[in-house]
Order: sequence, then structure tokens, then C-alpha cells
Amino acid sequence: MKKNNIPQDKSALENYTKDICYALDEKGNYTTVASSGWEVKSTALDVTWDEIKERISTIKNKAIAGEVSPILFFMELKLMDIKTLAAYTGFWSWQVKKHLKPTNFKKLSEKKLQKYASVFEVSVETLKTMELDENKL
Amino acid sequence: MKINFNHIQTAHCENGVTVNLLQHAGVSQITEPLAFGIGSGLFYIHIPFLKVNNGPAISFRTMPGLIFKRTCKALQIPVVRQKFRSKEEAQKVLDNCLKNGQPTGCQVGVYYLTYFPKEYRFHFNAHNIIVFGKEEDNYLISDPVMEDFTTLSSYELERVRFAKGMLAPKGQLYYPKATKSFDEKLLQSAIQSGIKRNVRDMLHIPGNVAGVSGINYTANKIRKLRDKLGVKQAGLYLAQLVRMQEEIGTGGGGFRFIYAAFLQQAHQFVANDNLLKISEQFTQSGDLWRSAAVQASGIYKGRITAQSDFNEMANYLDEIALLEKDAFKNLSKMKWNN
Repeated sequence: MKKNNIPQDKSALENYTKDICYALDEKGNYTTVASSGWEVKSTALDVTWDEIKERISTIKNKAIAGEVSPILFFMELKLMDIKTLAAYTGFWSWQVKKHLKPTNFKKLSEKKLQKYASVFEVSVETLKTMELDENKL
Repeated sequence: MKINFNHIQTAHCENGVTVNLLQHAGVSQITEPLAFGIGSGLFYIHIPFLKVNNGPAISFRTMPGLIFKRTCKALQIPVVRQKFRSKEEAQKVLDNCLKNGQPTGCQVGVYYLTYFPKEYRFHFNAHNIIVFGKEEDNYLISDPVMEDFTTLSSYELERVRFAKGMLAPKGQLYYPKATKSFDEKLLQSAIQSGIKRNVRDMLHIPGNVAGVSGINYTANKIRKLRDKLGVKQAGLYLAQLVRMQEEIGTGGGGFRFIYAAFLQQAHQFVANDNLLKISEQFTQSGDLWRSAAVQASGIYKGRITAQSDFNEMANYLDEIALLEKDAFKNLSKMKWNN
């Protein structure tokens, strides 16, 4: 890639940092150029986030309908998988899996709910009701 | 308390930490491409059956931690490395390092990294930063992918040092011990061994998922992707590939341009003109990766959706595999005159 062809598109990096790219100068020597972004990769990030948001909203509706446990909703909201959530809460993976079923969620003790709530950075009340605007997070 | 420390922004965090810490330790010749090449950073692997954020597990570089480890070893610089069970102990040891004037590398998770844009904050736990001072409750941070210094409160730093999940950092800190004098001869042999190891990693790992053959493996997957997942999910799959290839830290073209730069810089220490010719091959490869990304973006934007478009994407990858195979074969055939 030539130095002058480094894209300088708008991206999520704006106001944070710039991306260092390696490219050839006029003499064919490698040099670095700071780039504000490349539309091809910022779209890759955008479609990834659209998909995540869509998945979260589907799961939220299911959780409100009582088909899945609110823990699944918050787990997705925090971009976690079962292993990551288990590591943060201190539960075993099989326990987390169990708590993802709505019937088991209803039986959870206050202490266990509190553990989940603090990892998800919400109150126990919000953990149960899921009343929050996830777009603001 | 603030250590006199020079922050150089680099493309990739681990290269950056390696360069910044080694420069501080007295190896003034080290640059990002040299560290990357000596550490045999270039790689390709497509791990089957494993998913990362619901997409394919693909990497364009070697395992986290190896570049620093290999580069220091090749330059015969001893490294101090420590992991912790206790958060208090982790902070105490870090504070001690700073008191002794030692800028210290820390492995951290990015999900809770407050100065990163939200869009980039996934549960990725192998990011690297340097802590070089403390003012009241704030640690002074040199994050190699940021343009400038930044800070984290002691709580924020503790949180990212003890991020959990895959590759959990466990508070890990590390730094090279200072060297009194540095012999350029050592740099030559380090460059050679770095190249040889990279040839091995790209050409001679058994199986079909790692090295050059891994690129063919992905190509074959892409040909079947549309039938298997449908256009939309297939697009997301390709978006993940492009992010691994181009996202902040690769220097563009899945690290291929950094490697091309490495071979150019290596030529200053090892006078063999083949290095320059092979460097051009890697530039070409990086350009092809970029073209493949443009093709992929057409698919995930929903602009092109035919099977032939997927085939074209796969053909790019097969062409790249062929080119990189040739480039690494040329590297393996090089005569070293010492």
C-alpha cells in the first residue's frame, strides 16, 4: 500500500486515537501513517454491533415473556458468554447454565441475585424487571 | 512519582510495549517492525469449532505474549514476569517497580478499559499497556495504540488487570532488565532466528488450519458459507474476518505490511538483497488482503450477494496463500553469510 492511499475515513476512533498504518513512501521505503479509519472496517464493526443489538432485543422480549431468564439478557447485554459470566460471578459454569432457565431463576436466593446484579452493575430490582434503556449503556 | 519515559505510538499493543520497554532498557535500535519480526509475529490460524463473539476464531498473529518473550530472549535480555492471586499484592509489587524507576508492562482486559471507545470494548483479555508513574490515586499509562499518555485510577487499573474469562491476565506484570551495552551482532542473529521460526510457523505446522494452509482452509469455508448460513450470517462471518485482519493494531493487511517493513529494516543489519525482494512480496500480499476485505465488505453491506461473489472472495484467499507460500519458501532458501 502506498502512503497516499491510506484511507482517512470517519470511524469510532474519532476523538480517541488514530490507527497506525504501515505504507510505502515515494522512494519505496516503509513508513507509518496515522489513519482516522477505513470505511470497510468501520462497516464491519457497525454490522457486528447491529447484530448484537438485534440479538439483545430479541432476548429481552423473550425474557419479558418468561421464556428465558433475565440473566441471559444481561449476559448478552454485557457481551459475556457462560464461561466469562461464571468467572466474574464465581459460580461454576453448570450453575450459570442452570440459572439461565426461567424456572430456576425464580428460585434464586437474594444472595445469588445480588452477585449477578453487582456483576451486571444494576440493582436486584432491575435484574428482575429489566427496566433499563440498554441503548444508553 | 513519574518515571522519565518516552511514549511511542505503534500499530499493535504488544509490539508497542516491547519497543517502549526495550528502548527504556537501552536497546535504542529496536523498532516495531524489528520486534514483530524477531518475535516471529506473522501468523495465520483458523481454529475450527471455536467461536469468538459468535464468529469464526481467526488470528493473523502469533499467540499473545510470545512476541515480547521471544524478542527479549533473542536479544539475551532477562525478563521479570509475575502473576498474582491477590489484588493487594499485585498493586504493591507494581508500586514497588515504579518506586524503583521501572516502567512496567501489564496485561489487561479491554472490556472495562475506560479510555477506549465503547465500540471496541469486548471481553478481550490480552491487551498490553505500560504503567510508568502514579500521581495520587491515578496511574500514568502509556497505551501503545493511543496517541498520547493516559491515566487510570487505581480501581480502574485493578479492574482491568483482574479481568476474567479467556486469557485472564491475573494481574500479570512484566519488564526487561536493563542492559549495559547492546551488541549489534546480536540483532543480526535475532533477525535470522526470527525469520527461520516464522518460516516454520507458516509452512511446517502439521494439519490444515495453521500457517499458509489455514488460509486455504478459510477459503474453502467461505465457498460453502452462503448455503450453510444464509447471506446475512455469512456476511457477519466475513465481517469478523475483516475485523481480525484490519482492526486497530494490525498496521493494515493483517500485519503483512508490518512484516514487509521488518524485512526492509532487517536489510540494514543483514546485507542480503533478497530481503528487499521478499519484502515486496509481503507488500503485495497485504494489498491482496485489503482487496479481499473490500470484496467482503460488499457482501456484509448486502450490495453483492451471489454465490459467485463468495467464490471471488475465496479466490483472493487462495491467491494470497500461494503468494505467501512462495515468499516464505524464498525466506527459507536465503543464505546467511555468518
